[in-house]
Amino acid sequence: MGSVVSATGLSLTFETDDGPVNALSDVSLEVQKGDFVSFIGPSGCGKTTFLRVIADLEQPTGGEITVNGVPPETAREARAYGYVFQAAGLYPWRTIGANVRLPLEIIGMSKVEQAERVARVLELVELGGFEKKYPWQLSGGMQQRASIARALAFDADLLLMDEPFGALDEIVRDHLNEQLLALWARTQKTICFVTHSIPEAVYLSTRIVVMSPRPGRIIDVIESPLPRERPLDIRESPEFLEVAHRVREGLRAGHSYED
Amino acid sequence: MNRAFPIATVTAAIIAIWYLGAVFMNAAWELDQAARAGAEISFAEIIPRTMAQERPILPAPHQVAVELWDSVAEKKITSKRSLVHHGWITLSATLLGFAFGTTLGVILAIAIVSSRVMDISVMPWVIASQMVPILAIAPMMIVVMNAADLDGIVAKASISMYLSFFPVVVGMVKGLRSPDALHLDLMRTYSASGAQGFLKLRLPASLPYLFTSMKVGVAASLVGAIVAEMTLSQDGGLGARLLNGSYYGQTMMIWAALIASAALAGGLIPLIGAVQKLAMRGRPA
Repeated sequence: MGSVVSATGLSLTFETDDGPVNALSDVSLEVQKGDFVSFIGPSGCGKTTFLRVIADLEQPTGGEITVNGVPPETAREARAYGYVFQAAGLYPWRTIGANVRLPLEIIGMSKVEQAERVARVLELVELGGFEKKYPWQLSGGMQQRASIARALAFDADLLLMDEPFGALDEIVRDHLNEQLLALWARTQKTICFVTHSIPEAVYLSTRIVVMSPRPGRIIDVIESPLPRERPLDIRESPEFLEVAHRVREGLRAGHSYED
Repeated sequence: MNRAFPIATVTAAIIAIWYLGAVFMNAAWELDQAARAGAEISFAEIIPRTMAQERPILPAPHQVAVELWDSVAEKKITSKRSLVHHGWITLSATLLGFAFGTTLGVILAIAIVSSRVMDISVMPWVIASQMVPILAIAPMMIVVMNAADLDGIVAKASISMYLSFFPVVVGMVKGLRSPDALHLDLMRTYSASGAQGFLKLRLPASLPYLFTSMKVGVAASLVGAIVAEMTLSQDGGLGARLLNGSYYGQTMMIWAALIASAALAGGLIPLIGAVQKLAMRGRPA
């Protein structure tokens, strides 16, 4: 029972005005506890859809999926995961502290415990002291860190991240990647991470799932040979470049240009 | 305050045009008087006289100012000739009607947003209610309510309510539906209940819309109260002053009441703005 996410033959078809769209087709994958799994592929490959199925934000039209051994809906109701969206999506009328506190208010935690948790997770994303600021007073990178703190607030073991750093510039992104790895090492969480950046996927992940569109499917699953401890300059090492090359090959193989 | 200059310029232009209009519109009467007396009257003589008539077609600004000063400051506020007395009658009906209208509007909006049946069945009636000309419906509503022995202020306030609930419903429905998909998904990932989603997301997200429509609503309330006072003129109020002024040809009285009602609206809207600032502190403008 080490599988946090277990999908077998999963498919999802959206009915649109232009006919059915196969967002996911026959996707099978196991995510083990403590894994850092990245999903990479061009847009339309179903990587975000797969994450949303895990989160019970989309309903699959075929196949089986369990989260922590139970159906996604049960897992969501048990607050099994924290979700980080592409945009920070902080509520503008709440301070940073109040935004992080929101999920805790909803699960009905005591005020004392709320305050203690908020302080702790803000410290974890290096936003201590920004509790009373409003979102618009923070930079994009800081807002995204606050949204990660919010996802960490009720301490779920699974963290689902949908291109969280996609809108940020390269310098900020490097820094946040490094912080995210440190956070992962410290909290021992299982992370599913959607990205369209090859270096980001290779730098962060223990496993990289390469996906391809029309229909959305898995092309390759790469076990990373890199150690868990990763300084930024590991990205110049031959092992890193080799994994990146394999990811690139997979993306090229899966990308059909016949249409 | 670099806003003072443009405002002063526009005010000066309005006053200048007003004086020109007063001379132009009141000159006919002076010429007529002169002709009856068989006298010749020069243009230079006409001008000052047009600004000092007792019942001018268009009173000059200073005449209105004198009338305003006279009826606001010189009379005891309990006097029936005091504009403060009449202003208060209008204001109390306006505020009562506005409170009713806002409450009704918010309740309807919540019902419309949370129930598809309400959305389909009530929304068309809400819109249809505003197609009826208020000038036609107000006297009938007041006659009916008078017959039912309702207090005058309640009758007037219900006209205000009738006009002010509409912008509140429309704005509040839009506001309650304003949270984007991401914010709604977030609530879902927390397994938040419907009530939690409403209180922690939809309601706070709707506040900017609510206050904007309340500003429209309070102005509409004032119009409603004044229209109602024209039917219930025995109770006084600015609407009664307007009506009496036109009965007796007291144009200065009409203009003074008009300016008083404009001043009321001009005071009420910033008041709501102040409440809005308080309720939404911390949010970016």
